[in-house]
Amino acid sequence: MSPTDRLLQKFGDAVRPVAAERGDPWFEVDADRLVAVCQYLRDDAAFGCDMLNCVSGVDTLQADPKRRPPQGRGPGIELVYHLSSTRLKHRITLKLILPRWQDEAAQQLPEAPSLTGLWPTADWHEREVYDLMGVRFVGHPNLVRILCPEDWEGHPLRKDYEMPLEYHGIRGR
Amino acid sequence: MTSTLESRIVEFDVRTDEMLVNMGPQHPSTHGVLRLVLRTDGEVVSEVTPHIGYLHRCAEKIGENLTPRQWIPYTDRMDYLAGMNMNLGWSLCVEKLLGVEAPERGQRLRVIIAEMGRIASHLVGMGAYGLDLGTFSPFLYAFREREKILDLFEQACGARLTYSYLTPGGATADLPVGWTDACLAFLDQFEPIIADYHTLLTTNAIFIKRTAGIGVLTPQMAVGYGCTGPVLRGSGVDFDLRRDGDPLYTRMYADLAYEIICERNGHYPNDQPYPAVPGEAVLGDCWHRFYVRMLEVVQSVRLVRESIRKYAASSGDHGQPIKLFEKLPPGECYLETEAPRGQMGFYVVTTGDAIPWRARARSSCFSNLSVAPELCRGVLLADVPAVVGSLDIVMGEIDR
Repeated sequence: MSPTDRLLQKFGDAVRPVAAERGDPWFEVDADRLVAVCQYLRDDAAFGCDMLNCVSGVDTLQADPKRRPPQGRGPGIELVYHLSSTRLKHRITLKLILPRWQDEAAQQLPEAPSLTGLWPTADWHEREVYDLMGVRFVGHPNLVRILCPEDWEGHPLRKDYEMPLEYHGIRGR
Repeated sequence: MTSTLESRIVEFDVRTDEMLVNMGPQHPSTHGVLRLVLRTDGEVVSEVTPHIGYLHRCAEKIGENLTPRQWIPYTDRMDYLAGMNMNLGWSLCVEKLLGVEAPERGQRLRVIIAEMGRIASHLVGMGAYGLDLGTFSPFLYAFREREKILDLFEQACGARLTYSYLTPGGATADLPVGWTDACLAFLDQFEPIIADYHTLLTTNAIFIKRTAGIGVLTPQMAVGYGCTGPVLRGSGVDFDLRRDGDPLYTRMYADLAYEIICERNGHYPNDQPYPAVPGEAVLGDCWHRFYVRMLEVVQSVRLVRESIRKYAASSGDHGQPIKLFEKLPPGECYLETEAPRGQMGFYVVTTGDAIPWRARARSSCFSNLSVAPELCRGVLLADVPAVVGSLDIVMGEIDR
Protein backbone atom coordinates (compact mmCIF):
# COMPACT_ATOMS: atom_id res chain seq x y z
CA MET A 1 0.00 0.00 0.00
CA SER A 2 1.40 3.37 -0.91
CA PRO A 3 1.90 5.99 1.81
CA THR A 4 -0.89 8.11 0.35
CA ASP A 5 -3.33 5.21 0.49
CA ARG A 6 -2.39 4.62 4.12
CA LEU A 7 -3.01 8.30 4.88
CA LEU A 8 -6.40 8.21 3.18
CA GLN A 9 -7.35 4.99 4.90
CA LYS A 10 -6.28 6.20 8.33
CA PHE A 11 -8.22 9.43 8.22
CA GLY A 12 -11.11 8.33 6.03
CA ASP A 13 -13.37 11.15 4.91
CA ALA A 14 -11.40 13.82 6.78
CA VAL A 15 -8.72 13.88 4.05
CA ARG A 16 -9.78 14.20 0.41
CA PRO A 17 -7.26 14.27 -2.43
CA VAL A 18 -7.89 16.84 -5.14
CA ALA A 19 -6.06 16.63 -8.46
CA ALA A 20 -5.70 19.96 -10.18
CA GLU A 21 -5.53 20.35 -13.92
CA ARG A 22 -2.75 22.92 -13.55
CA GLY A 23 -0.15 23.04 -10.82
CA ASP A 24 0.07 21.02 -7.65
CA PRO A 25 -2.48 18.52 -6.36
CA TRP A 26 -3.55 18.96 -2.75
CA PHE A 27 -5.35 17.28 0.11
CA GLU A 28 -8.39 18.92 1.54
CA VAL A 29 -8.48 18.42 5.31
CA ASP A 30 -11.20 18.95 7.89
CA ALA A 31 -10.35 21.58 10.49
CA ASP A 32 -10.85 19.30 13.47
CA ARG A 33 -8.45 16.66 12.11
CA LEU A 34 -5.75 19.05 10.84
CA VAL A 35 -3.40 18.68 13.80
CA ALA A 36 -3.71 14.89 13.77
CA VAL A 37 -3.08 14.73 10.01
CA CYS A 38 -0.05 17.03 10.28
CA GLN A 39 1.35 15.04 13.18
CA TYR A 40 0.97 11.86 11.14
CA LEU A 41 2.68 13.44 8.11
CA ARG A 42 5.52 14.67 10.31
CA ASP A 43 6.11 11.48 12.28
CA ASP A 44 5.39 8.78 9.70
CA ALA A 45 8.64 7.51 8.18
CA ALA A 46 7.25 7.40 4.64
CA PHE A 47 6.23 11.08 4.74
CA GLY A 48 8.72 12.61 7.17
CA CYS A 49 7.48 16.17 6.55
CA ASP A 50 9.77 17.85 9.05
CA MET A 51 9.45 21.32 7.54
CA LEU A 52 6.44 23.58 7.31
CA ASN A 53 7.41 25.80 4.40
CA CYS A 54 4.52 28.14 4.16
CA VAL A 55 1.04 28.93 5.42
CA SER A 56 -0.95 31.04 2.98
CA GLY A 57 -4.45 32.38 3.15
CA VAL A 58 -6.66 32.82 0.10
CA ASP A 59 -9.94 34.73 0.18
CA THR A 60 -12.33 33.42 -2.48
CA LEU A 61 -14.97 36.13 -2.17
CA GLN A 62 -15.92 37.77 -5.43
CA ALA A 63 -15.96 41.40 -4.35
CA ASP A 64 -15.21 42.87 -7.78
CA PRO A 65 -17.96 41.90 -10.27
CA LYS A 66 -15.50 42.24 -13.18
CA ARG A 67 -13.29 39.47 -11.87
CA ARG A 68 -13.95 35.76 -11.79
CA PRO A 69 -13.34 33.91 -8.51
CA PRO A 70 -11.30 30.66 -8.58
CA GLN A 71 -13.40 28.05 -10.30
CA GLY A 72 -16.07 26.19 -8.43
CA ARG A 73 -15.45 27.80 -5.09
CA GLY A 74 -17.87 29.82 -3.08
CA PRO A 75 -16.84 32.62 -0.77
CA GLY A 76 -14.54 31.37 1.97
CA ILE A 77 -11.08 31.54 3.40
CA GLU A 78 -8.70 28.83 2.29
CA LEU A 79 -5.62 28.05 4.32
CA VAL A 80 -2.89 26.38 2.29
CA TYR A 81 -0.15 24.49 4.10
CA HIS A 82 2.96 23.57 2.13
CA LEU A 83 4.91 20.84 3.89
CA SER A 84 8.17 19.31 2.76
CA SER A 85 10.67 16.75 3.88
CA THR A 86 14.37 17.60 3.98
CA ARG A 87 15.20 13.90 4.11
CA LEU A 88 12.93 12.52 1.38
CA LYS A 89 12.87 15.74 -0.69
CA HIS A 90 9.18 15.83 -1.42
CA ARG A 91 6.36 18.26 -0.87
CA ILE A 92 2.76 17.94 0.26
CA THR A 93 0.03 20.55 0.07
CA LEU A 94 -2.84 20.59 2.55
CA LYS A 95 -5.82 22.82 2.27
CA LEU A 96 -8.31 23.85 4.92
CA ILE A 97 -11.50 25.59 3.82
CA LEU A 98 -13.10 27.89 6.35
CA PRO A 99 -16.15 30.15 6.19
CA ARG A 100 -15.35 33.84 5.84
CA TRP A 101 -16.94 34.59 9.19
CA GLN A 102 -17.80 32.36 12.07
CA ASP A 103 -20.98 34.37 12.44
CA GLU A 104 -21.62 36.77 9.60
CA ALA A 105 -23.63 39.27 11.63
CA ALA A 106 -21.19 39.49 14.54
CA GLN A 107 -18.18 39.61 12.18
CA GLN A 108 -16.53 36.91 14.22
CA LEU A 109 -13.27 35.61 12.72
CA PRO A 110 -13.19 31.99 11.53
CA GLU A 111 -11.13 29.61 13.60
CA ALA A 112 -8.47 27.10 12.68
CA PRO A 113 -6.29 24.93 14.92
CA SER A 114 -2.75 26.16 15.45
CA LEU A 115 0.23 24.06 14.41
CA THR A 116 2.73 25.78 16.70
CA GLY A 117 2.97 22.62 18.79
CA LEU A 118 4.25 20.65 15.79
CA TRP A 119 6.46 23.22 14.05
CA PRO A 120 7.71 26.33 15.84
CA THR A 121 7.80 28.13 12.48
CA ALA A 122 3.99 28.10 12.43
CA ASP A 123 4.11 30.80 15.12
CA TRP A 124 5.07 33.63 12.76
CA HIS A 125 3.32 32.25 9.70
CA GLU A 126 0.00 32.00 11.54
CA ARG A 127 0.41 35.48 12.96
CA GLU A 128 0.90 36.74 9.42
CA VAL A 129 -2.25 35.00 8.18
CA TYR A 130 -4.18 36.30 11.19
CA ASP A 131 -2.93 39.81 10.53
CA LEU A 132 -3.56 39.98 6.80
CA MET A 133 -6.39 37.49 6.25
CA GLY A 134 -8.24 37.43 9.57
CA VAL A 135 -8.23 33.84 10.79
CA ARG A 136 -8.12 33.10 14.50
CA PHE A 137 -5.73 30.27 15.31
CA VAL A 138 -6.93 28.36 18.35
CA GLY A 139 -4.05 27.38 20.61
CA HIS A 140 -1.58 29.95 19.29
CA PRO A 141 0.55 31.27 22.18
CA ASN A 142 0.80 34.87 21.02
CA LEU A 143 -1.71 35.73 18.33
CA VAL A 144 -0.99 39.42 17.71
CA ARG A 145 -0.48 41.38 14.51
CA ILE A 146 2.96 41.01 12.96
CA LEU A 147 3.20 43.23 9.87
CA CYS A 148 0.50 45.85 10.48
CA PRO A 149 0.54 48.09 13.58
CA GLU A 150 -1.17 46.61 16.62
CA ASP A 151 -4.09 49.05 16.47
CA TRP A 152 -4.76 48.56 12.76
CA GLU A 153 -8.36 47.77 11.88
CA GLY A 154 -9.42 45.10 9.44
CA HIS A 155 -7.45 42.48 7.55
CA PRO A 156 -5.91 43.97 4.39
CA LEU A 157 -5.76 40.89 2.17
CA ARG A 158 -9.48 40.18 2.41
CA LYS A 159 -11.16 40.92 -0.90
CA ASP A 160 -13.73 43.26 0.63
CA TYR A 161 -11.21 45.24 2.66
CA GLU A 162 -11.39 48.97 2.32
CA MET A 163 -8.42 51.19 2.92
CA PRO A 164 -9.07 53.45 5.92
CA LEU A 165 -9.39 57.14 5.12
CA GLU A 166 -7.30 58.14 8.07
CA TYR A 167 -4.87 56.53 10.48
CA HIS A 168 -3.62 58.57 13.46
CA GLY A 169 -4.08 61.79 11.55
CA ILE A 170 -2.31 60.47 8.41
CA ARG A 171 -4.52 60.74 5.35
CA GLY A 172 -4.94 57.63 3.26
CA ARG A 173 -5.88 57.61 -0.43
CA MET B 1 22.79 28.29 27.28
CA THR B 2 21.47 28.53 30.83
CA SER B 3 24.78 27.31 32.19
CA THR B 4 26.57 30.22 30.49
CA LEU B 5 24.01 32.59 31.94
CA GLU B 6 24.52 31.31 35.48
CA SER B 7 28.29 31.16 35.28
CA ARG B 8 28.50 34.75 34.06
CA ILE B 9 26.33 36.02 36.88
CA VAL B 10 28.46 34.22 39.44
CA GLU B 11 31.65 35.40 37.79
CA PHE B 12 30.81 39.09 37.92
CA ASP B 13 28.77 39.00 41.13
CA VAL B 14 27.32 42.41 40.44
CA ARG B 15 23.80 43.31 41.46
CA THR B 16 21.88 44.32 38.38
CA ASP B 17 18.28 45.14 37.59
CA GLU B 18 16.33 43.83 34.67
CA MET B 19 16.00 46.36 31.92
CA LEU B 20 14.17 46.62 28.60
CA VAL B 21 16.35 47.95 25.80
CA ASN B 22 15.08 48.98 22.39
CA MET B 23 17.44 48.21 19.53
CA GLY B 24 16.34 49.70 16.24
CA PRO B 25 14.24 50.14 14.14
CA GLN B 26 17.01 52.29 12.71
CA HIS B 27 20.26 50.78 13.87
CA PRO B 28 23.10 49.84 11.53
CA SER B 29 23.37 46.28 12.80
CA THR B 30 19.67 45.52 12.37
CA HIS B 31 20.16 45.39 8.58
CA GLY B 32 17.24 47.61 7.75
CA VAL B 33 14.26 48.47 9.87
CA LEU B 34 14.10 45.75 12.48
CA ARG B 35 13.20 46.61 16.04
CA LEU B 36 14.46 44.30 18.73
CA VAL B 37 13.22 44.61 22.27
CA LEU B 38 15.85 43.11 24.54
CA ARG B 39 15.25 42.16 28.15
CA THR B 40 18.66 42.44 29.73
CA ASP B 41 20.15 41.77 33.11
CA GLY B 42 23.40 43.68 33.06
CA GLU B 43 25.26 42.44 30.01
CA VAL B 44 23.24 39.27 29.65
CA VAL B 45 20.22 39.18 27.36
CA SER B 46 17.44 36.99 28.66
CA GLU B 47 14.81 37.61 26.01
CA VAL B 48 14.67 39.07 22.52
CA THR B 49 11.43 40.06 20.81
CA PRO B 50 11.71 41.07 17.15
CA HIS B 51 9.16 43.55 15.86
CA ILE B 52 8.87 43.63 12.09
CA GLY B 53 6.61 45.35 9.61
CA TYR B 54 8.28 48.75 9.31
CA LEU B 55 8.96 48.17 5.61
CA HIS B 56 5.63 46.50 4.82
CA ARG B 57 4.72 47.67 1.33
CA CYS B 58 1.76 45.37 0.62
CA ALA B 59 3.56 43.55 -2.20
CA GLU B 60 1.07 40.68 -2.09
CA LYS B 61 -1.90 43.01 -2.35
CA ILE B 62 -0.27 44.74 -5.31
CA GLY B 63 0.35 41.32 -6.87
CA GLU B 64 -3.42 40.74 -6.88
CA ASN B 65 -3.86 43.80 -9.09
CA LEU B 66 -1.06 43.39 -11.62
CA THR B 67 -0.18 40.87 -14.28
CA PRO B 68 2.82 38.61 -13.54
CA ARG B 69 5.04 40.62 -15.87
CA GLN B 70 4.02 43.84 -14.14
CA TRP B 71 4.77 42.36 -10.70
CA ILE B 72 8.39 41.56 -11.62
CA PRO B 73 9.65 45.04 -10.52
CA TYR B 74 8.04 44.47 -7.11
CA THR B 75 9.88 41.19 -6.65
CA ASP B 76 13.13 43.14 -7.20
CA ARG B 77 12.28 45.31 -4.25
CA MET B 78 11.69 42.41 -1.88
CA ASP B 79 15.25 41.22 -1.56
CA TYR B 80 16.92 44.33 -2.90
CA LEU B 81 20.38 42.81 -2.56
CA ALA B 82 19.58 39.88 -4.82
CA GLY B 83 16.90 41.16 -7.15
CA MET B 84 17.89 38.80 -9.95
CA ASN B 85 17.17 35.74 -7.81
CA MET B 86 13.74 37.11 -6.84
CA ASN B 87 12.90 37.69 -10.54
CA LEU B 88 13.86 34.11 -11.24
CA GLY B 89 11.64 32.68 -8.47
CA TRP B 90 8.50 34.44 -9.62
CA SER B 91 9.22 33.77 -13.30
CA LEU B 92 9.59 30.05 -12.69
CA CYS B 93 6.38 29.97 -10.65
CA VAL B 94 4.44 31.60 -13.49
CA GLU B 95 6.09 29.33 -16.05
CA LYS B 96 5.10 26.29 -14.04
CA LEU B 97 1.51 27.46 -14.08
CA LEU B 98 1.56 28.25 -17.80
CA GLY B 99 3.34 25.00 -18.57
CA VAL B 100 6.10 26.66 -20.56
CA GLU B 101 9.84 26.46 -20.21
CA ALA B 102 12.57 28.87 -21.17
CA PRO B 103 14.70 27.79 -24.15
CA GLU B 104 18.13 26.33 -23.48
CA ARG B 105 20.00 29.57 -24.06
CA GLY B 106 17.65 31.38 -21.71
CA GLN B 107 18.20 28.77 -19.01
CA ARG B 108 21.99 29.02 -19.27
CA LEU B 109 21.71 32.77 -19.10
CA ARG B 110 19.54 32.48 -16.01
CA VAL B 111 22.07 30.29 -14.20
CA ILE B 112 24.89 32.74 -14.99
CA ILE B 113 22.87 35.72 -13.79
CA ALA B 114 21.43 34.01 -10.71
CA GLU B 115 24.83 32.75 -9.55
CA MET B 116 26.43 36.15 -10.10
CA GLY B 117 23.58 37.52 -8.01
CA ARG B 118 24.42 34.99 -5.31
CA ILE B 119 28.06 36.10 -5.26
CA ALA B 120 27.03 39.75 -5.04
CA SER B 121 24.59 39.01 -2.25
CA HIS B 122 27.01 36.89 -0.22
CA LEU B 123 29.59 39.66 -0.55
CA VAL B 124 27.21 42.08 1.13
CA GLY B 125 26.34 39.47 3.72
CA MET B 126 30.01 38.96 4.47
CA GLY B 127 31.02 42.63 4.46
CA ALA B 128 28.07 43.79 6.53
CA TYR B 129 28.67 40.97 9.00
CA GLY B 130 32.21 42.26 9.50
CA LEU B 131 30.72 45.68 10.09
CA ASP B 132 28.39 44.26 12.75
CA LEU B 133 31.40 42.89 14.59
CA GLY B 134 33.33 46.15 14.41
CA THR B 135 35.64 45.70 11.44
CA PHE B 136 35.31 48.08 8.54
CA SER B 137 37.81 47.20 5.81
CA PRO B 138 36.25 43.85 4.74
CA PHE B 139 33.09 45.82 4.06
CA LEU B 140 34.94 48.08 1.64
CA TYR B 141 36.75 45.19 -0.03
CA ALA B 142 33.46 43.30 -0.43
CA PHE B 143 31.71 46.30 -1.93
CA ARG B 144 34.59 46.93 -4.33
CA GLU B 145 34.01 43.49 -5.86
CA ARG B 146 30.24 43.79 -5.68
CA GLU B 147 30.37 47.01 -7.69
CA LYS B 148 32.14 45.14 -10.49
CA ILE B 149 29.32 42.59 -10.57
CA LEU B 150 26.78 45.43 -10.62
CA ASP B 151 28.69 46.93 -13.56
CA LEU B 152 28.20 43.65 -15.40
CA PHE B 153 24.49 43.64 -14.52
CA GLU B 154 24.23 47.22 -15.71
CA GLN B 155 25.69 46.24 -19.06
CA ALA B 156 23.19 43.39 -19.33
CA CYS B 157 19.99 45.20 -18.34
CA GLY B 158 20.72 48.84 -17.60
CA ALA B 159 20.00 48.79 -13.87
CA ARG B 160 22.25 48.37 -10.86
CA LEU B 161 19.79 47.46 -8.12
CA THR B 162 16.31 46.73 -9.44
CA TYR B 163 16.80 44.74 -12.58
CA SER B 164 13.51 43.25 -13.82
CA TYR B 165 15.77 41.27 -16.13
CA LEU B 166 14.60 37.69 -15.79
CA THR B 167 10.93 37.53 -16.71
CA PRO B 168 8.41 34.75 -17.31
CA GLY B 169 9.55 32.98 -20.46
CA GLY B 170 13.24 33.80 -20.18
CA ALA B 171 14.92 37.18 -19.99
CA THR B 172 14.08 40.60 -21.38
CA ALA B 173 17.19 40.62 -23.58
CA ASP B 174 20.12 38.44 -24.50
CA LEU B 175 23.50 39.17 -22.94
CA PRO B 176 25.31 41.90 -24.89
CA VAL B 177 28.25 41.06 -27.13
CA GLY B 178 31.45 40.64 -25.13
CA TRP B 179 29.60 40.30 -21.81
CA THR B 180 30.75 36.76 -21.14
CA ASP B 181 34.40 37.73 -21.73
CA ALA B 182 34.06 40.60 -19.29
CA CYS B 183 32.44 38.22 -16.83
CA LEU B 184 35.24 35.67 -17.18
CA ALA B 185 37.82 38.43 -16.74
CA PHE B 186 36.07 39.46 -13.55
CA LEU B 187 36.04 35.89 -12.23
CA ASP B 188 39.77 35.49 -12.94
CA GLN B 189 40.46 38.62 -10.98
CA PHE B 190 37.97 37.82 -8.21
CA GLU B 191 38.91 34.25 -7.38
CA PRO B 192 42.31 34.97 -5.75
CA ILE B 193 40.74 37.76 -3.71
CA ILE B 194 38.57 35.27 -1.81
CA ALA B 195 41.72 34.25 0.07
CA ASP B 196 41.99 37.83 1.36
CA TYR B 197 38.52 37.62 2.83
CA HIS B 198 39.51 34.44 4.62
CA THR B 199 42.59 36.19 6.00
CA LEU B 200 40.60 39.22 7.06
CA LEU B 201 37.67 37.44 8.67
CA THR B 202 37.50 33.64 8.64
CA THR B 203 40.88 33.05 10.26
CA ASN B 204 41.01 36.28 12.22
CA ALA B 205 41.41 35.53 15.97
CA ILE B 206 39.03 38.31 17.03
CA PHE B 207 36.45 37.25 14.47
CA ILE B 208 36.64 33.65 15.66
CA LYS B 209 36.29 34.77 19.29
CA ARG B 210 33.21 36.80 18.41
CA THR B 211 31.45 34.14 16.34
CA ALA B 212 32.61 30.62 17.24
CA GLY B 213 30.28 28.89 19.67
CA ILE B 214 27.81 31.79 19.66
CA GLY B 215 24.16 31.27 18.72
CA VAL B 216 24.30 27.54 18.14
CA LEU B 217 21.39 26.33 16.02
CA THR B 218 20.84 22.58 16.16
CA PRO B 219 19.69 20.83 12.97
CA GLN B 220 16.35 19.87 14.57
CA MET B 221 15.70 23.45 15.60
CA ALA B 222 16.72 24.77 12.18
CA VAL B 223 14.32 22.47 10.36
CA GLY B 224 11.52 23.04 12.88
CA TYR B 225 11.78 26.79 12.47
CA GLY B 226 11.83 26.46 8.68
CA CYS B 227 15.31 27.97 8.40
CA THR B 228 16.75 27.55 4.94
CA GLY B 229 19.74 28.44 2.82
CA PRO B 230 23.14 28.95 4.46
CA VAL B 231 21.48 29.10 7.89
CA LEU B 232 20.20 25.55 7.47
CA ARG B 233 23.36 24.24 5.81
CA GLY B 234 25.46 25.91 8.50
CA SER B 235 23.75 23.53 10.92
CA GLY B 236 24.87 20.55 8.85
CA VAL B 237 21.59 19.76 7.06
CA ASP B 238 22.34 18.71 3.51
CA PHE B 239 19.48 20.39 1.68
CA ASP B 240 19.67 22.68 -1.31
CA LEU B 241 16.85 23.33 -3.74
CA ARG B 242 19.22 23.51 -6.69
CA ARG B 243 19.43 19.74 -6.27
CA ASP B 244 16.28 18.88 -4.27
CA GLY B 245 13.75 21.38 -5.52
CA ASP B 246 11.09 21.49 -8.19
CA PRO B 247 12.08 19.73 -11.46
CA LEU B 248 11.58 22.95 -13.40
CA TYR B 249 14.30 24.54 -11.27
CA THR B 250 16.67 21.60 -10.77
CA ARG B 251 16.79 20.95 -14.52
CA MET B 252 18.75 24.18 -14.93
CA TYR B 253 21.48 22.84 -12.66
CA ALA B 254 21.29 19.15 -13.55
CA ASP B 255 24.33 18.94 -15.85
CA LEU B 256 26.56 21.37 -13.97
CA ALA B 257 29.35 20.29 -11.62
CA TYR B 258 29.27 21.96 -8.22
CA GLU B 259 29.10 20.96 -4.61
CA ILE B 260 26.52 21.76 -2.02
CA ILE B 261 28.36 23.30 0.89
CA CYS B 262 27.51 21.53 4.10
CA GLU B 263 29.48 19.78 6.78
CA ARG B 264 29.55 16.03 6.20
CA ASN B 265 31.25 13.73 8.73
CA GLY B 266 33.16 16.54 10.35
CA HIS B 267 34.57 18.31 7.30
CA TYR B 268 33.52 20.48 4.42
CA PRO B 269 33.84 19.34 0.80
CA ASN B 270 36.90 20.56 -1.10
CA ASP B 271 38.16 22.54 1.84
CA GLN B 272 41.85 21.98 1.24
CA PRO B 273 42.74 25.44 -0.11
CA TYR B 274 40.54 27.07 2.51
CA PRO B 275 41.17 27.57 6.21
CA ALA B 276 40.40 24.79 8.61
CA VAL B 277 37.50 24.96 11.03
CA PRO B 278 38.79 26.44 14.30
CA GLY B 279 38.63 24.25 17.39
CA GLU B 280 36.24 26.61 19.18
CA ALA B 281 33.61 26.44 16.44
CA VAL B 282 30.52 24.33 17.10
CA LEU B 283 28.39 23.11 14.19
CA GLY B 284 25.50 25.51 13.71
CA ASP B 285 27.13 28.57 15.29
CA CYS B 286 27.64 31.99 13.73
CA TRP B 287 31.06 31.06 12.40
CA HIS B 288 29.71 28.07 10.46
CA ARG B 289 26.89 30.10 8.90
CA PHE B 290 29.47 32.64 7.75
CA TYR B 291 31.84 29.96 6.47
CA VAL B 292 29.13 28.23 4.43
CA ARG B 293 28.47 31.54 2.63
CA MET B 294 32.16 32.02 1.92
CA LEU B 295 32.52 28.55 0.40
CA GLU B 296 29.31 28.95 -1.60
CA VAL B 297 30.86 31.92 -3.38
CA VAL B 298 33.56 29.61 -4.75
CA GLN B 299 30.95 27.13 -5.96
CA SER B 300 29.05 29.94 -7.66
CA VAL B 301 32.24 30.96 -9.48
CA ARG B 302 32.54 27.38 -10.72
CA LEU B 303 28.90 27.37 -11.81
CA VAL B 304 29.23 30.64 -13.71
CA ARG B 305 32.36 29.51 -15.56
CA GLU B 306 30.74 26.28 -16.62
CA SER B 307 27.46 27.91 -17.56
CA ILE B 308 29.26 30.45 -19.74
CA ARG B 309 30.86 27.59 -21.67
CA LYS B 310 27.49 25.92 -22.12
CA TYR B 311 25.80 29.24 -22.93
CA ALA B 312 28.28 29.86 -25.76
CA ALA B 313 27.51 26.44 -27.23
CA SER B 314 23.75 26.65 -26.71
CA SER B 315 21.15 27.18 -29.37
CA GLY B 316 17.79 28.89 -29.40
CA ASP B 317 16.57 32.23 -28.19
CA HIS B 318 17.03 33.91 -24.82
CA GLY B 319 13.36 33.71 -24.07
CA GLN B 320 9.87 32.88 -25.20
CA PRO B 321 7.40 35.63 -25.80
CA ILE B 322 4.90 35.79 -22.99
CA LYS B 323 2.74 38.77 -23.58
CA LEU B 324 2.10 41.29 -20.85
CA PHE B 325 -1.64 40.66 -20.75
CA GLU B 326 -1.64 37.02 -21.63
CA LYS B 327 -4.48 35.13 -19.95
CA LEU B 328 -3.32 32.77 -17.22
CA PRO B 329 -4.95 29.33 -17.12
CA PRO B 330 -7.01 28.69 -13.98
CA GLY B 331 -5.03 26.79 -11.38
CA GLU B 332 -2.63 27.22 -8.57
CA CYS B 333 0.96 26.30 -7.95
CA TYR B 334 3.77 26.80 -5.53
CA LEU B 335 7.44 26.90 -6.43
CA GLU B 336 10.52 27.51 -4.33
CA THR B 337 13.95 28.51 -5.51
CA GLU B 338 17.25 28.69 -3.71
CA ALA B 339 17.84 32.41 -3.32
CA PRO B 340 21.08 33.52 -1.61
CA ARG B 341 19.32 33.79 1.75
CA GLY B 342 17.34 30.59 1.53
CA GLN B 343 14.21 29.19 -0.02
CA MET B 344 12.16 31.85 -1.70
CA GLY B 345 8.73 30.46 -2.44
CA PHE B 346 6.02 31.93 -4.61
CA TYR B 347 2.43 30.73 -4.58
CA VAL B 348 0.00 31.85 -7.25
CA VAL B 349 -3.74 31.25 -7.62
CA THR B 350 -5.29 32.14 -10.96
CA THR B 351 -8.81 32.16 -12.28
CA GLY B 352 -8.40 32.47 -16.04
CA ASP B 353 -7.82 36.22 -16.08
CA ALA B 354 -4.56 37.95 -16.88
CA ILE B 355 -4.21 39.02 -13.25
CA PRO B 356 -3.59 36.40 -10.55
CA TRP B 357 -6.22 36.04 -7.85
CA ARG B 358 -3.56 35.65 -5.19
CA ALA B 359 0.19 36.14 -5.37
CA ARG B 360 1.96 35.03 -2.25
CA ALA B 361 5.64 35.25 -1.39
CA ARG B 362 7.16 32.97 1.22
CA SER B 363 10.35 34.70 2.18
CA SER B 364 13.37 32.92 3.52
CA CYS B 365 14.43 35.61 6.01
CA PHE B 366 10.99 35.59 7.62
CA SER B 367 11.53 32.06 8.86
CA ASN B 368 15.24 32.60 9.45
CA LEU B 369 14.58 35.59 11.69
CA SER B 370 11.88 33.80 13.68
CA VAL B 371 14.61 31.66 15.25
CA ALA B 372 16.44 34.73 16.62
CA PRO B 373 14.63 34.82 20.00
CA GLU B 374 15.70 31.22 20.52
CA LEU B 375 19.33 31.91 19.55
CA CYS B 376 19.65 35.10 21.61
CA ARG B 377 18.51 33.60 24.89
CA GLY B 378 21.31 33.98 27.42
CA VAL B 379 23.94 35.58 25.18
CA LEU B 380 25.79 38.79 25.94
CA LEU B 381 24.43 42.09 24.67
CA ALA B 382 27.32 42.45 22.22
CA ASP B 383 26.55 39.03 20.76
CA VAL B 384 23.05 40.00 19.65
CA PRO B 385 24.32 41.80 16.50
CA ALA B 386 26.60 38.82 15.87
CA VAL B 387 23.66 36.42 15.95
CA VAL B 388 21.24 38.60 13.97
CA GLY B 389 23.95 39.44 11.42
CA SER B 390 24.84 35.79 10.90
CA LEU B 391 21.27 35.15 9.72
CA ASP B 392 21.96 37.66 6.90
CA ILE B 393 18.51 39.19 6.85
CA VAL B 394 17.08 41.71 4.42
CA MET B 395 14.08 43.47 5.87
CA GLY B 396 12.51 44.15 2.49
CA GLU B 397 12.09 40.43 2.07
CA ILE B 398 10.62 39.87 5.55
CA ASP B 399 8.10 42.68 5.39
CA ARG B 400 7.45 42.54 1.64
